[in-house]
Amino acid sequence: MHAYKTPLSKSMNKIIKKKILSENVIKFEVEAPLIAKSRKPGHFVIVKVGKFGERIPLTIADSDIQNGTITLIIQQIGKSSRKICALNEGDYITDLVGPLGKATHIENFGTVVCACGGVGTAPMYPIAQAMKQAGNKVIVVLAARTGDLIIMEKEMRSFADEVIIMTDDGSYGQKGLVTFGVEQVINREKVDLCVTIGPAIMMKFVSLLAKKYEVPTVASLNTIMVDGTGMCGACRVTVGGKTRFVCIDGPEFDAHQVNFDEMLMRLNAYKDYE
Amino acid sequence: MDNKEYLKEERNEPWREELRKSMKNKDRVAIPRVKMPELDATYRSRSYDEVNLGLSLEQAVQEAKRCLDCPDPSCMSGCPVGVNIPKFVKNIERNEILEAAKALKETSALPAVCGRVCPQEKQCESQCIHLKMKSESVAIGHLERFAADYEREKGSISVPQLAASNGIKIAVAGSGPAGLSFAGDMAKYGYDVTVFEALHEIGGVLKYGIPEFRLPNSIVDVEINILQKMGVKFITNCIVGKTISYEDLHEQGFKGIFVATGAGLPNFMNIPGENLSGVLSSNEYLTRINLMGANREDTETPVFFGKKVAIIGGGNTAMDSVRTARRLGADKAMIVYRRSEEEMPARLEEVKHAKEEGIIFLTLHNPIEYIGDEKGRIKQMVLQKMELGEPDASGRRRPVEIPGAIETLDVDLVIVAIGVSPNPLIPSTFSGLNVSKWGTIIVNQDSLQTDLSDVYAGGDIVRGGATVILAMGDGRKAAAAMHKK
Repeated sequence: MHAYKTPLSKSMNKIIKKKILSENVIKFEVEAPLIAKSRKPGHFVIVKVGKFGERIPLTIADSDIQNGTITLIIQQIGKSSRKICALNEGDYITDLVGPLGKATHIENFGTVVCACGGVGTAPMYPIAQAMKQAGNKVIVVLAARTGDLIIMEKEMRSFADEVIIMTDDGSYGQKGLVTFGVEQVINREKVDLCVTIGPAIMMKFVSLLAKKYEVPTVASLNTIMVDGTGMCGACRVTVGGKTRFVCIDGPEFDAHQVNFDEMLMRLNAYKDYE
Repeated sequence: MDNKEYLKEERNEPWREELRKSMKNKDRVAIPRVKMPELDATYRSRSYDEVNLGLSLEQAVQEAKRCLDCPDPSCMSGCPVGVNIPKFVKNIERNEILEAAKALKETSALPAVCGRVCPQEKQCESQCIHLKMKSESVAIGHLERFAADYEREKGSISVPQLAASNGIKIAVAGSGPAGLSFAGDMAKYGYDVTVFEALHEIGGVLKYGIPEFRLPNSIVDVEINILQKMGVKFITNCIVGKTISYEDLHEQGFKGIFVATGAGLPNFMNIPGENLSGVLSSNEYLTRINLMGANREDTETPVFFGKKVAIIGGGNTAMDSVRTARRLGADKAMIVYRRSEEEMPARLEEVKHAKEEGIIFLTLHNPIEYIGDEKGRIKQMVLQKMELGEPDASGRRRPVEIPGAIETLDVDLVIVAIGVSPNPLIPSTFSGLNVSKWGTIIVNQDSLQTDLSDVYAGGDIVRGGATVILAMGDGRKAAAAMHKK
């Protein structure tokens, strides 16, 4: 496999910076000049570590065109994500391809609530920023199990009109789930769009809540993928009764139309095999 | 020199004339067609070793004698890349195997691949003069494989002659058969060719699609290495239209682009339960195994090891999937096909091999629903029995439902192999490129030029799901047209 590598691809994918953000959450700045240049908010990459590693999708949190780097924020949950997180500055990510998926539809909607949970905050960062730049009032609800797991608060506060922190245990911000924070905002003012990124179960409940108040909602889905270019169909979800591919039709969909229960079952498909 | 003249000149070489005189045609026709030696069916149904073992030198020379070296070789009209078939076959007959391999490479960038996966019975061999004499055709495919394998095993692989470099940069999107064939021809013409591949391995469908037991990856790698020796550059993990745009390619000085991104989108039937876990596309199943090595202990990609596996479809991909499932330990590995065996599009050899390996053929059955357990895992499939009616647009008899003839079958894995659609990635990112209602790129039939004058396209992105050799033919055609321009 490495026999094919040209000087161009060999000089890429080097880890320039590694930072531990919280228990199990690592931030990497990776040299990837072509992706840094072409990526837009909402895009993702596929990463593979080692010759026999698994291909897994990761969202892009940020990029630096000048330095030719992209920022990846990864939570160690499975074997493959742990393997990536074990890499250090100076190491190379064996394979990195992107940007994949459709970019987020950005326009001036009015007031946008960005509801994110855990590492879902990372891909939300460029989206929220772009929404702000388009003239929206942007309210970010950051949620996590506990205060130590809240990430990127400072970055969000640097541009957002308001940042609401929610923790399950009340150790930081308000005690309660992400939906509690979102509902507060909806009860207080007119919300034109809700964007949600996080665990599938969280997005399901954000979507149900927003639907109750008839707030249009977009969810960014993170399903199982192999190639990430439409070839395998592992990522398929039912949206509005139709089968769609997250990798090329998404990753963002009208959340009210997404069959989250089916998605949750499909996410567990290989659990017994890992 | 035009092709006809060239063929005539080649045929008139003294050694060819001598060979023709050395044996009477009657005696040549009397030789029975060679049988390809293969692994024992019981052993191989549990092993990933290549099934066909290849001819011995004696078998190959004997088979080559069957060829009559026709003055107007009709076999060549059946070959999409126009291999000089009599020239390579006669070189085998006179025991100049390395010369035979060179003759193959005059027109084909991948002879060891084609000798293994081409549907010869529908192409070159279907035009063989023997068939007109009620005799079996010359085993051209087996001989092609023999010559290519012999050259490789002898370690004396020839690199085709190249024209002087003209320094013109050409980009290829996709490293499957169409892209590789195009790259080989353009390198021969003297261009500076770079192939961009989206995946982490070169070879496209030859790597992710076709299993080891039919086409070992190491064979594909050898052919790719020859292209590298010819100066073709490969860049993996780079998606044209995403990582690098049409405009970026211009900026980097590329003067021509060949789009060969394949039919990357698996089709589904849109029936209830199709999104249960344990129902997957053949692309996903085969990619997990062939590209990611999910069947092996030392890799991290998981795959389902089904015991009762149904594959939906009757093409080569369906055969590859069902035989893979059998090798991964399926007790019951079934083909579920809505027409009868006669209408199956798969190569005859694949159907034969599948049957020998204990594959169950449920023809005239069509799935109408999948039923899952409480965890959303497939557990049963509902089948509608069919019968054949009047011929349809494809000329094959249309399968018609038999009212009320429905049965339910226990399964723990279903692979959907009912075809693929073109990958929308490039068409959606190259503005000015026009596509048909099926999503295939529209090209000029003669030149394969698209509506963007510097972009040509071929293979499944234009055809919408065909064969390795047709894709390779497109690669050659586009290269010739781009070179002329």
